[in-house]
Amino acid sequence: MLPAVRDFSLQIFAGETYGLVGESGSGKTTLAHAIMRYLSDSGEIVGGRIDFDGRNLLALTSSEIRDIWGREIVFVPQDPLSALNPSIRVGEQVAEGLRVQMGLSRKAANTRTIELLTEVRISDPGRVARSYPHEISGGMQQRVMIAMALGAEPKLILLDEPTTSLDVTTQAAVLDLLRDLIHNTDAAVLYITHNLGVVAQICDRVAVLYAGELVEDAPKEALFEKPLHPYTQGLLASVPELGRHKSDARLSSIPGRIPSPQERGSGCIFAPRCPLAIDLCFSERPRLDASFPDSKVRCHRWPEIAAGEIFAWGKINNPEAVASRPPQETALQLKNVEVGYTLRQSLSERVAGRPRRRVMAVDGVDLSVQYGETLGLAGESGSGKTSLARAVVGLVVRSGGDIDLLGLSLAPELSRRSIDELRLAQYIFQNPEEALNPYLTIGETLQRPYITLMGQLKADARNNARRLLAAVKLPADYFDAYPNRLSGGEKQRVAIARAFATSPALLIADEPVSSLDVSVQASILNLLSALQVDANSSMLFISHDLAVVGFLADRVAIMYAGQIVEVTDSKALPALPHHPYTEALLSAVPSIDPATVQQVIQLEGDIPSQQAFPSGCRFHPRCPRYLGDICRTVEPPWQVTETGSRIRCHISPDDLRAAQKRGFDNEGG
Amino acid sequence: MPVQSKMSLTPDSPLSVNPSRISRWAGAFHALFSTKATALGTTIVLIFVVVAFIAPLIAPYGVNEQIYSDARQAPSADHWFGTDHLGRDVFSRVLYGASDILFLAGLGTAMAVMCGTAVGLLSGYAGGMVDEIMMRFFDSLLAMPALLLALLLLGTLGPSRNSVFIVMVIVYTPIVARVVRSVVLSVRSKGFVEAARLQGESIEWVLFREILPSVTPTLAVEAALRFSYAIFLVASLGFLGVGVQPPSPNWGLMVNEARPHVGQLPWALFFPAAAIAIVVIGVNLMADGVKRLLQA
Repeated sequence: MLPAVRDFSLQIFAGETYGLVGESGSGKTTLAHAIMRYLSDSGEIVGGRIDFDGRNLLALTSSEIRDIWGREIVFVPQDPLSALNPSIRVGEQVAEGLRVQMGLSRKAANTRTIELLTEVRISDPGRVARSYPHEISGGMQQRVMIAMALGAEPKLILLDEPTTSLDVTTQAAVLDLLRDLIHNTDAAVLYITHNLGVVAQICDRVAVLYAGELVEDAPKEALFEKPLHPYTQGLLASVPELGRHKSDARLSSIPGRIPSPQERGSGCIFAPRCPLAIDLCFSERPRLDASFPDSKVRCHRWPEIAAGEIFAWGKINNPEAVASRPPQETALQLKNVEVGYTLRQSLSERVAGRPRRRVMAVDGVDLSVQYGETLGLAGESGSGKTSLARAVVGLVVRSGGDIDLLGLSLAPELSRRSIDELRLAQYIFQNPEEALNPYLTIGETLQRPYITLMGQLKADARNNARRLLAAVKLPADYFDAYPNRLSGGEKQRVAIARAFATSPALLIADEPVSSLDVSVQASILNLLSALQVDANSSMLFISHDLAVVGFLADRVAIMYAGQIVEVTDSKALPALPHHPYTEALLSAVPSIDPATVQQVIQLEGDIPSQQAFPSGCRFHPRCPRYLGDICRTVEPPWQVTETGSRIRCHISPDDLRAAQKRGFDNEGG
Repeated sequence: MPVQSKMSLTPDSPLSVNPSRISRWAGAFHALFSTKATALGTTIVLIFVVVAFIAPLIAPYGVNEQIYSDARQAPSADHWFGTDHLGRDVFSRVLYGASDILFLAGLGTAMAVMCGTAVGLLSGYAGGMVDEIMMRFFDSLLAMPALLLALLLLGTLGPSRNSVFIVMVIVYTPIVARVVRSVVLSVRSKGFVEAARLQGESIEWVLFREILPSVTPTLAVEAALRFSYAIFLVASLGFLGVGVQPPSPNWGLMVNEARPHVGQLPWALFFPAAAIAIVVIGVNLMADGVKRLLQA
């Protein structure tokens, strides 16, 4: 028996929105399932009480609890596609719940379904209701899940990371919707997330969960303004916020990793990672103290922290990053790069002599990266960022254009590139779980680049690999370990080490932190920028998160539908004007400052299919600043703004700035 | 409110993700005895393998030794499984038969797994036209029922042990190749394989050090399954008279030979048939166990 969650107490009042924050492995989802008494066979509630609306849930029979599920307590899961039945039309799935739970007649249920779909801001509810789940986008699917939840008029809504699997712009739209819906409902809401920005924007109170224990519980404003627990402080300090740049200060990161249930000692659960830990912290488990009338914190030293006598995480200056800007000289030059895929044809299509269909993932991109510079590449999924990056290293064969690296013209095919050319460009993959061969030790993985790319002897390669392991701050005994012993962040460190082994001129990092927890993300970003300075590499850093891109990059390129629409200095990101698409992306980043009232710019529809891009400006069907026919028919020109950004838009920079300063409300929508 | 989890938090399944070299073998061994059914299957297979090796030492009579005086005898203390119509000791022949069938099926399976792995690796990794041609060719082979294909081939090659071996390789290679290829396709696009390509690793390194180890767990299950089918195939062909020829102690052949006398000498048919059934069940139980563990 391993305790997954222990000693957790929480009270949610009707109409209140509680945020439950924690990193992966902290027990958030286990807790949500426990509240519903929906644990898998291996899990068991071994003690405590769950009172819901005057009833003790733990005392109910399984048929009684089933009456509560979906009726009084509803659950919105992280992945809507696996929660919806793929073979039943969406409308019928919503209506079924209404008939069963609310006892509506077939006709009334259908009418109510359309109402609900309208309420969750689905613009074409009739069509969506007739669709099967796979026919609608992820954002739509999640809206349908929310509609289902609302339809039951529940007393408690559990939301388990409902926006995590969505694209940034979609996430912003769904969050906006949730905020309004939650505001208008009397139900109690428990919002589970790892994203502090989301909590800041949506919740009234926040509970911070660490390794199965509640460490801090406070009203939102208090928690963000004056977090008392070192863990909460660490989480907040590790979030790269829009406008923060690596040259200002390094991100704080929490060293170590979350302990597994076997590893939890008898003292404070956070002590091994806590910069403020004293002997007491290791020997005695702190109580959950009432720090302020309305707040609780589980820390021995909170009074000192509250009094401002000790600080857990100071600001760390990062002067190297500032000093490192070298003379402007081009390292990587992309000219009119195109990546097209030919779709596989079925036999019957081939026999019928149909023309082969082609999709363009990257359609004429010109970009350059200077020596030692970090160029950020941002955009929604499907914008072609990854295809472009893979074309640069040769993992996909480009269909057109030129790629020059240090004056060498790189062949489209990987097999036609020489060892010297390969050594110049290395790649860090998105998914650390797949980045390392599970059957090679870390040492074997790290010595390979020295052997193949540098032609070193095995003994030299081993020594260099050991040095490399130390450079990415991993313990030396990992050298002979297999990847299954490492956490996700540690695996990514190894992958980064491997990429930097040969001090490549160009490093491509494809969303290297998007699957990691915030505290780990911060340390990886710090590591990346430090190694980059040491190796004097240029970097192409891809991310969908503009805050991360803005922190790490010197310049940022925004990509939409296979084209670059804006190139800007990252320090100019907070300034105006921007391309309307960039504007929407910027507005979609949830701010961790609860005082900011965010105005999310909602984009209609999805990123266009790569088979048929819109004519004229590719963004025009979704553009909130659509001018008129010119956007639809004429390709927009490049314009240079006062801040030095280049924008591909028909609207003049001055007009854009004026319009963006005004926002949308003043214009009447 | 404490919530506890009884599970030991997803223990890594021994064959799939426990790659330290020594413990990998220990893990595999442990896996083969992890559940009752699997342990039974493994025990059966082990017993038959041992018997196959030591049959000449423990068999009370020679494999083709005819004891005319004892012909057509029911099971007794002298002849545990009785004797057949030619006066041969059925028990001794069943023991010798173990080596006949296990070695033939084992060799055939091993060869088919080797060929299938090589072809599957290449085809899956190369992709494109090579892959297309290979797979369509294999599809056409797979379109025919295995036994029918085997009969066709044996008709051309003529019945003999060698022919049976060749037939097994031809019949099972495409099946193994398909399984290997499907795993290769999923592994090929993983980061560590692409990283190896970006580091200029040779194709041999990529195929055998990066990709092959990830294929091994699936391959182990497939090989075990193929082995049980191969035993069945060897026995079937023996029974049909187109495989191993008399006077071999092939179990299928023994069943065939005993068939005309089943009314008077049922034991001569029953024991070899039971041996086939038990071995096939044993191998299947073992394979099932391995598979369950890998998918857990």
